[in-house]
Amino acid sequence: MSDFPRFEYDVLVIGAGGAGLRAAIEASAAGARVGVVCKSLLGKAHTVMAEGGIAAALGNVDDRDGWRVHFADTMRGGQYVNQPRMAEIHAKEAPERVRELEAWGALFDRTPDGRILQRNFGGHRYPRLAHVGDRTGLELIRTLQDHGIHQGIRFHMEHTVTTLMLDGGRVAGAFGYEREKGRFLIFAAKAVVIATGGIGRAYSVTSNSWEYTGDGQTLAYDAGAELIDMEFVQFHPTGMVWPPSVRGILVTEGVRGEGGVLRNREGRRFMFDDIPENYRTQTADTEEEGWRYCQGDKNARRPPELLTRDHVARCIVREVKEGRGSPHGGVFLDISWIRERMPNSEEHIRRKLPSMYHQFKELAGIDITKEPMEVGPTTHYMMGGVRVDPESQMSNVPGLFAAGECAAGLHGANRLGGNSLSDLLVFGKLAGEHAARFARENGEARLDEAALAATAKDLLSPLDRQGQPSVEGPYAIQHDLQTMMQDLVGIVRRGPEMERALDELGKLSERATRVAAPGNREYNPGWHTALDLHNLLTVSQAITLSAIERKESRGAQFRDDFPDKDEAFGRINVSIRKGADGRMEVSREPVPELSPDQAAVIEEMK
Amino acid sequence: MAKATFRIWRGDSGGGELVEYPAEVSEGMVVLDAVHRIQAEAANDLAVRWNCKAGKCGSCSAEVNGQPRLMCMTRLSDLPLEQPVEIRPMKAFPPIRDLVTDVSHNFEAKKRIKKFKPRKPDAPDGTWRVDQADVDRVQEFRKCIECFLCQNVCHVLREHHLHEQFIGPRLLVYAAALEMHPLDTEDRLRDLKNAHGIGYCNITKCCTKVCPEGITITDNAIIPLKERVVDEFYDPLGKLFRAFRK
Repeated sequence: MSDFPRFEYDVLVIGAGGAGLRAAIEASAAGARVGVVCKSLLGKAHTVMAEGGIAAALGNVDDRDGWRVHFADTMRGGQYVNQPRMAEIHAKEAPERVRELEAWGALFDRTPDGRILQRNFGGHRYPRLAHVGDRTGLELIRTLQDHGIHQGIRFHMEHTVTTLMLDGGRVAGAFGYEREKGRFLIFAAKAVVIATGGIGRAYSVTSNSWEYTGDGQTLAYDAGAELIDMEFVQFHPTGMVWPPSVRGILVTEGVRGEGGVLRNREGRRFMFDDIPENYRTQTADTEEEGWRYCQGDKNARRPPELLTRDHVARCIVREVKEGRGSPHGGVFLDISWIRERMPNSEEHIRRKLPSMYHQFKELAGIDITKEPMEVGPTTHYMMGGVRVDPESQMSNVPGLFAAGECAAGLHGANRLGGNSLSDLLVFGKLAGEHAARFARENGEARLDEAALAATAKDLLSPLDRQGQPSVEGPYAIQHDLQTMMQDLVGIVRRGPEMERALDELGKLSERATRVAAPGNREYNPGWHTALDLHNLLTVSQAITLSAIERKESRGAQFRDDFPDKDEAFGRINVSIRKGADGRMEVSREPVPELSPDQAAVIEEMK
Repeated sequence: MAKATFRIWRGDSGGGELVEYPAEVSEGMVVLDAVHRIQAEAANDLAVRWNCKAGKCGSCSAEVNGQPRLMCMTRLSDLPLEQPVEIRPMKAFPPIRDLVTDVSHNFEAKKRIKKFKPRKPDAPDGTWRVDQADVDRVQEFRKCIECFLCQNVCHVLREHHLHEQFIGPRLLVYAAALEMHPLDTEDRLRDLKNAHGIGYCNITKCCTKVCPEGITITDNAIIPLKERVVDEFYDPLGKLFRAFRK
């Protein structure tokens, strides 16, 4: 036995955003002993930043909505490389998950007859997003948190998992450290749910916090799990661009849902200039029609500002590149113009978009009820991640589950806004349920504690290197990685640049072997940043290799050297695995066939 | 680019001191940006909590020039940069390291507040009907980001350390959100009076002044709860009335 403190659980959940909390609640309800490990304090995970709402076909505002429409919208948005069964389960179960939140104390905005109100969002045919102003994520995470603390779940706040432990092929637990004192800990578990979120910190302009370093994807990959769709990184079209210190902070799509319009420096609504063929019949012909849509006119079609995020982001890049951008390298997003259409528009904006009002007022000195915002694309979301079984959320490693952003399949090549919060709840629940069942059906796993001494020594090496010659600090390496990925594997990609990115990743990996963190083990962010480099490097390599492999443009992946869609690539997912020799291997896997029913729904909704 | 000097408290539970760091400042920077710049360039091990950098997660609470603030929402252009900017951890909580404090008290105290208990659903499909006006009323409380700045300035906690007897303003706001929730049926008044120590609050409104979300903590949350407690336990006419009704 080792000397490391040891905790024993049936189900260990890594991450305490929406997916992790929902999984923990479900596993606990099924009778499992549940532990949750999270890098920050409870309630601070990125879910808290979600603004616009949670997509569920409740049909409260427009009764033409239903799971079939939601399913078809999700598949169309994902350009048909989604895992169709996941999209189907998601569309069917999201309404129940939203209603359940209400039973746990969440309060959404209401329709005149007192039901949950729903708003318009990009790519959703009908008003579908349950919301609370523009702080839906806070409502969701706080509801789960406040419900979860009464369910007998043990929370390990400010802890980081560095390694998954296996017993033969099966998961046996996790190893990591607590940030406060820097002590190492063992979490023995019969099943593990990864719910660690995204990879935004691999890029320099991002809406993601320090936490999003690809931990879950890397833990799973290192344990032998398959990753798919890693080329699909969502660049949200509207992040703040000015002042420089706030660059990347999210501006909710809800602004456009409420009637906000995008204009270039010439004042032109450039989104009308380029409407993709497969959305033409659903998109407004005139500004007038677009406005009527935002006001709830069921006979109007949506304005082109509400096309999918990948497309809007690219249109903004085009405007900027062709010299029609705003002074600080973005475009204008204007909601103040609605004063032409409604009395007391200023009060309306402050009520519907309170945190946007606050954010621009405080951070940029701009009153969005009176003047336009400047916005540009920001790294926002990873569609790819751990490949899971749609029914159970288990990866190909027995006992290892994944849910939320770190899992892949639901969103395909592009995620629709609002489908993330529903993803967390629907698949968080399934992961918790099936992890508890797996734990019940498969007893204790054997933990090889002898190997952990070497792991611990390895983890301490950045601290041990202090003062040695030819070492460097973690922040410089992280910064160079982010800049390189932004430049070479960003919104617009080219083969030769990505080949160069692979070379650069090699050099950065080499530098990471010489990373040194000053200070001691107690709450030392420099040390933690040094340890996270392995994860950032792993996911960056997976993104680059996958993006090279997909020689076409689809959804979030735009290849300047292959600007068109290629039907052959529409039938595959790019898959990443760790080879026997430890090298990263890329392959092409067929997208699962649509069932006859699914195919019929898609045809019917065309 | 202009230069400014930052004096940041470095230390742990055993004690510490202000350490001076020069840093370049540029347009639009907030205090947290300066802390990050110092962390990246001069003090890699400088401990600080942060997440969203947009005033939504409530992680980066500290005392900037003596004022309790979210560092991510405090613009350097609003501070007198001709003198050093002093950044200290929240004083009401035990220091862990540098700007990071032990806020676990808040999480423990929350567990002791009775959870949400909804009334029976209004519709056969298991859903409720709620008026938007009722949602709006508790939204003020539900927008709390749990930065704990109100707990930090509450003299009952900060000066008198009555953490065991008094849950503090954040958790009174939480209790108010539950008590005024349109669907909730639980009764927390006895707990508020006894276990949660609402009587300790003497309405100095320090909490309201520092709330970055602009929640009118004292007037809208605490005073109405105090009134309910008084009505329940100290109103002789009400007591008589209830006695007859039983």
